[in-house]
Amino acid sequence: MNIITTKNVNAYYGDNHVLKDITLEIEQNSVTAFIGPSGCGKSTFLRTLNRMNDYIDGFRKEGDIIIDGSDIYDKSIRVEELRQKVGMVFQKPNPFPKTIFENVAYGLKIQGEKDKSKIAHVVEESLKNSALWDEVKENLNKSALSLSGGQQQRLCIARTLAVQPSIILMDEPASALDPISTAKIEELIAQLKEDYTIVIVTHNMQQASRISDKTAFFYMGDMIEYDKTKDIFTHPKNERTENYITGRFG
Amino acid sequence: MSNLDPELEALKHNLVDMLALVNSQLSKCKEATLNEDLNLAKEVVSREKRVNALDLAIDKDCENILALYTPVATDLRFVLASLKISNDLERIGDNAEGIAGLLIHVMEKATEEMVSKFKLNEMFDVTISMLSDMEEAVENEDTALARQIFAKDEFLNENNRNADSIAKELILQYPDNIKLILKLFSIVRKLERVGDLAKNIGEEVIFHIEAKVLKHKKDQKKKKK
Repeated sequence: MNIITTKNVNAYYGDNHVLKDITLEIEQNSVTAFIGPSGCGKSTFLRTLNRMNDYIDGFRKEGDIIIDGSDIYDKSIRVEELRQKVGMVFQKPNPFPKTIFENVAYGLKIQGEKDKSKIAHVVEESLKNSALWDEVKENLNKSALSLSGGQQQRLCIARTLAVQPSIILMDEPASALDPISTAKIEELIAQLKEDYTIVIVTHNMQQASRISDKTAFFYMGDMIEYDKTKDIFTHPKNERTENYITGRFG
Repeated sequence: MSNLDPELEALKHNLVDMLALVNSQLSKCKEATLNEDLNLAKEVVSREKRVNALDLAIDKDCENILALYTPVATDLRFVLASLKISNDLERIGDNAEGIAGLLIHVMEKATEEMVSKFKLNEMFDVTISMLSDMEEAVENEDTALARQIFAKDEFLNENNRNADSIAKELILQYPDNIKLILKLFSIVRKLERVGDLAKNIGEEVIFHIEAKVLKHKKDQKKKKK
């Protein structure tokens, strides 16, 4: 079943046409990777999926983006609810300057949850589901900023999970991390796929080939090719895709 | 141009060298068979070491490329195809050495009639031309040329099927020459095997360039038409 459908999506920063006619479908409980050279539009497209581009001056979108049956740019949509459902993890870990516990509980509290035992339960479950619980369970009141980079990123994932999204967007989530932390994030993504739909932007093609079910290759605002990851990396249909993934340009 | 290109060029160079070497082994086998040339047969046996050395060098090239460069798409297919091609060439080399061994073991000159009935001249020529074609196909990434191999292999298979009855006929006719006739019969078998292995190489060239898997399929017959 497709949970995300985009039809003829075009996007502009002022006069700059940055996304051109992007049409694709993303299946539920899958991992989809967006790859392409810098400036190709992959992060812009990722941000259209939870309207993070709304804050950018001069940004304009055309076309339809349907998530779970609803047009997310419809006037009736509350953006806060959309971003609860479609969570985002960024390249640089960005924990709040609060305790580990408060970071994960924050989303629940601003939603109005007051039941302390429920909050504690959700915090524990979220930290378990982001493979961080065992490392922090004795120190939930420590500052999140005292964690390592890899731990901070998993904390950000836990924070996203706490508000029960159905989709998680990840913009180069491991690019600032060491290889061991990267491996842990990738292992986590493989586990999260069972319960969530994940869309990940990555510059690391080996990462894309390791963790994703489908891969979309972007170039200068166009989506050049979108197919099963194993087909993209064994016999891509488009010569530009072949040239990019073999390192002959980009 | 990527960092991988020089490695791929070096690998292709080794493959082409191995094809040329194995081809020359077969040419020497042909000459040794038709002219009862013991020295040439011994040369084939001693040069088999070079075939094996190239096989090992190609294995190492491929291992390094896979470990260091994580190739994908056409580059990956080329490395996988190279591993299989060198394996087939090594076995062709074994067959050439086997033919030379037979010549050394049974030192009798084949009569023109026996050579003609077994079509040995033609079989050698066809296998040598198959390997020449594959050398060019690998060098120039030419899948049209690679596809020509399938018809040639059919000729070898047909001849091999007839070899039983030809051998029986000759043994009845020349009962004092059983050893010689069986030697020639074994050479026919080995050349048919060389044809199968050369055909595998054609399939691997097509896999590398077109990402099509032809082995175990009859697709090559449709393309030929």
